[in-house]
Amino acid sequence: MPIAIDFEYHKPKDLAEAAALLARYQGGAQLLAGGTDLIVWLKEGMKKPEALIDVKGIPELWHLDVKDDALSIGARVTFTELIESALVKNEFPVLWEAARTVASCGVRNRATLAGNLCSAVPSLDGAPALLVYDACVHTRGTVEEREIPVSEWFTGPKRTALLPDELVTAVELPLPKKATAGCYVKLGRYQGEDLAQAGLAVLAEAGNVWKLAFCAVGPVAKRAGKIEALLRGKKLSDALIAKAKTLVAQEISPITDVRASKEYRLHMCQVMLERGLKVAQARLLGKGPAYGESVL
Amino acid sequence: MTKTTIQLKLNGIQRRVDVEPNDVLVDVLRDKLGVKSPKVGCDRGDCGTCTVFLNGRTVRSCLVLAVEADGGEVMTLEGISQNGPTKLQKSFVERSSFQCGFCAPGMVLSATELLQNNPHPRRAEIQEALAGNLCRCTGYSPIIEAIEAVCKK
Repeated sequence: MPIAIDFEYHKPKDLAEAAALLARYQGGAQLLAGGTDLIVWLKEGMKKPEALIDVKGIPELWHLDVKDDALSIGARVTFTELIESALVKNEFPVLWEAARTVASCGVRNRATLAGNLCSAVPSLDGAPALLVYDACVHTRGTVEEREIPVSEWFTGPKRTALLPDELVTAVELPLPKKATAGCYVKLGRYQGEDLAQAGLAVLAEAGNVWKLAFCAVGPVAKRAGKIEALLRGKKLSDALIAKAKTLVAQEISPITDVRASKEYRLHMCQVMLERGLKVAQARLLGKGPAYGESVL
Repeated sequence: MTKTTIQLKLNGIQRRVDVEPNDVLVDVLRDKLGVKSPKVGCDRGDCGTCTVFLNGRTVRSCLVLAVEADGGEVMTLEGISQNGPTKLQKSFVERSSFQCGFCAPGMVLSATELLQNNPHPRRAEIQEALAGNLCRCTGYSPIIEAIEAVCKK
């Protein structure tokens, strides 16, 4: 299907040029990275920009390295590049595990983590891991640079805190100070190439500190603060897990759609919580399934 | 809209073609450059029939604008079998792995990328590599078996 709408195409060579283009179009331009969501939306007429600004030619967005005790993931870094990074696998294995569940190989070769955040669909696999690692989104506009915690990034389905004159430059994850382990539990209709019916990232820190974040079961991906508070400092037991499961309904607000009913999503989030907590704890102790093995 | 001339290396040969910004790569390959192996199936990145290599990685050419390929290198099924069918293709033929064949170009390219990166994949890794290539005829078994047979040789 051809794209019915007309637009100009720009491929700036640096951030200043990109910012100038964004300013010139005053909200009428659309940023293009991997395009795996955007091209579909253009074909379906859901986006009608005057211009596309392709950010792939900007070398400042290509990095994937550690700076000042944090991993910085440039906005042009694809999910495949994350999966192939030993740094990501060793330091942020929950993000690594989540990246492997995104769509299919051919899409991951193109799709970027920053683009995933900007598309901001409720089922985005990239978000729960970033939330439990307390990641920040770095943006640049015409006048200022901003640093926005991922927990404040999503303002609604397909809506973010990004302003019309801004682009994402990088996603930054502070290196964990203590030993951590975790998992990304993704519920799909089948294994391989499916959007999440529900997703849960679990991060266990030494000392019984837990971080949890859900996606696809509410308008935005978010942390499960009530469950985290219940679990904090306590040794994991069957009784504690049972109590935590009763809080799931307060943390999420699933809907019924083409992929699952809200009742199924709620029930499975409780199952996912139990399995996720157990796997994260086992991995923290050096046991449990290898990263990348299905947890469900 | 501004019409531009893009240059790309297509199956080893430098080509130039005039495109509009909203031209999609798969359409330009098929309609303007005469390469017919990438097929338009779902046209939204789910089915994998439009798979091509772009700068060394498989991509969904229905989700790439032609202008994005400017200065790049595109390899399609025609390119990888320029010197006759590859071992992998022969293995597919020996097992009659395909029926209608619509998914075959995409399957061959996805499996080619897998074996480049991982010459001895486990079955689960083969399944994951092909998860984005849908086949409505075969149930996948003869496709996966043909890939496994090449790995054993």
